[in-house]
Amino acid sequence: MTSWTRSEMLVVAGARALAGTRVCFVGVGLPNLAVTLAQRTVAPELELVYESGVYGSRPSRQPLSIGDPCLVTGSGAVTPMPELFQYYLQGGLVDVGFLGAAQLDRHGNVNTTVIGNDYGNPTVRLPGSGGACDIALNAGEVLLLMRQSRRSFVERVDFITTPGRIDDPSRKGLTRVVTDLGEYRFDGNELVLTSLHPGVDVDEVHEATGWPLRVADDLTHTEPPREEELSLLRDELDPGRVYLK
Amino acid sequence: MSKVVSMAEAIAWAVSDGDCVAVEGFTHLISFAAGHEIIRQGRRNLTLCRMTPDVVYDQLVGAGVARKLVFSWLGNPGVGSLHAIRRRVENDGDLELEEYSHFGMLGRYIAGAARLPFYPVRSFTGSDLAAANPRIASVTSPYDGETIPVVPPLNPDVTVVHAQRGDSEGNIQAWGLLGCQKEAAFAADRVVAVVEELVDESVIRSDPNRVLIPGVKVDAVVVCPMGAHPSYAQGHYDRDNDFYVAWERISRDPTALESWLDEWVYSTRDHSAYLAKLGDDHWKTLTPGPKFAYPVNYGEY
Repeated sequence: MTSWTRSEMLVVAGARALAGTRVCFVGVGLPNLAVTLAQRTVAPELELVYESGVYGSRPSRQPLSIGDPCLVTGSGAVTPMPELFQYYLQGGLVDVGFLGAAQLDRHGNVNTTVIGNDYGNPTVRLPGSGGACDIALNAGEVLLLMRQSRRSFVERVDFITTPGRIDDPSRKGLTRVVTDLGEYRFDGNELVLTSLHPGVDVDEVHEATGWPLRVADDLTHTEPPREEELSLLRDELDPGRVYLK
Repeated sequence: MSKVVSMAEAIAWAVSDGDCVAVEGFTHLISFAAGHEIIRQGRRNLTLCRMTPDVVYDQLVGAGVARKLVFSWLGNPGVGSLHAIRRRVENDGDLELEEYSHFGMLGRYIAGAARLPFYPVRSFTGSDLAAANPRIASVTSPYDGETIPVVPPLNPDVTVVHAQRGDSEGNIQAWGLLGCQKEAAFAADRVVAVVEELVDESVIRSDPNRVLIPGVKVDAVVVCPMGAHPSYAQGHYDRDNDFYVAWERISRDPTALESWLDEWVYSTRDHSAYLAKLGDDHWKTLTPGPKFAYPVNYGEY
């Protein structure tokens, strides 16, 4: 059997989560790799939207940043950022916002701003919102892709950069979280484990979660990465292992 | 009258100690050359605005130029952290931060450019950002009673933009990612436009739809090929991702950062000296092949 890393499983599971999605707003970091895999596998019609001002990107190489020139050449439209945020995102054209996160709590709130309880005097200064808060409040729904540990899956985030549940009947807010260990969905206001990745058991997930995690009654097991997914990732999309450290 | 000046002249004229300065450009078209000149000229106590402070502001903060940042995403895109800025925030605590989301920053520039008192954006609800920044407020719509977050105008004293081409009057054309360059320029009191290529007015007038900023808003034009390096100019040269990756190591170590500034900024007279030091071979892998747009017909009337 082919072996794979947990980072590869994470990106593969993230890509599969986009099956059926038409328009995806792509966040910084891991989502940037997962969407190009999705476009090559489960969602060939996927229109990629980048906050840098691109709609309908067809990147010819894996972009390092969300402002890479390869996102522009051959894309569907390039717009000034005010137009992208106001007419495309706020105007309701984005089905899924696909984001990364440094820290997440049991209610799906995301922190990408500061570690430490004093905003003005943080232990670690993180990048901040960027477009994340805007995307979460304006996309049809939000998926999160992140690495899971007791430090990243916490009872309470130190700062709510991006709220998980939103008070807007026309939008769903966060609906699904994919990590290197498994997948999560909401039951009421709380995230529950709904799928386990191969090679991971429930005890390990509890170990890597900072709150008493609930496990879905109908827990499923994620299908292992396929040959095709792995070879695309390894040979074409991230041969330099920039994302798949 | 021609507005073409050297970078040193433009910065000496436009940027004073204590000014609010925006060197904009979203990943693309970031005028590192202007940033380096601000460092060379030893400006102090600047309020630096940028949606994404990027490596250029890490260099400016590392050089002691800034007292405050106004921003929405503070990182090294695709790589990680801006360590000079983080040290000032986490250890020294003497760099003031005023923080928004991207949409919030965009709203600020739009209000600034349009001379409006505030701008509504559907963001911030449920986030702690509004509590962290009292300048994020809300208003009630007089039409349907909806409460909507608002941000105040941002009017920099100086905005610096980089673009592919412009004429001597300061009519500026750009393509590829446009970020908030237009809004940041219209919002500013003084505008410095840095261009890869100086072209005749007839080139601009042949394609007026491509004008991002008209000469009436531009005070100084600086011709500075490769002036965005390690950022990029679509069609001219690629982003120098290796440099962005290397910056992680340089900025992590204050001594390495100081040596880098010494070697690449203080010891280079201007951007052409910086380019000479980089060497011609540097561009071999960063020069894209051509890919032209289909021409458009404006019609002869």
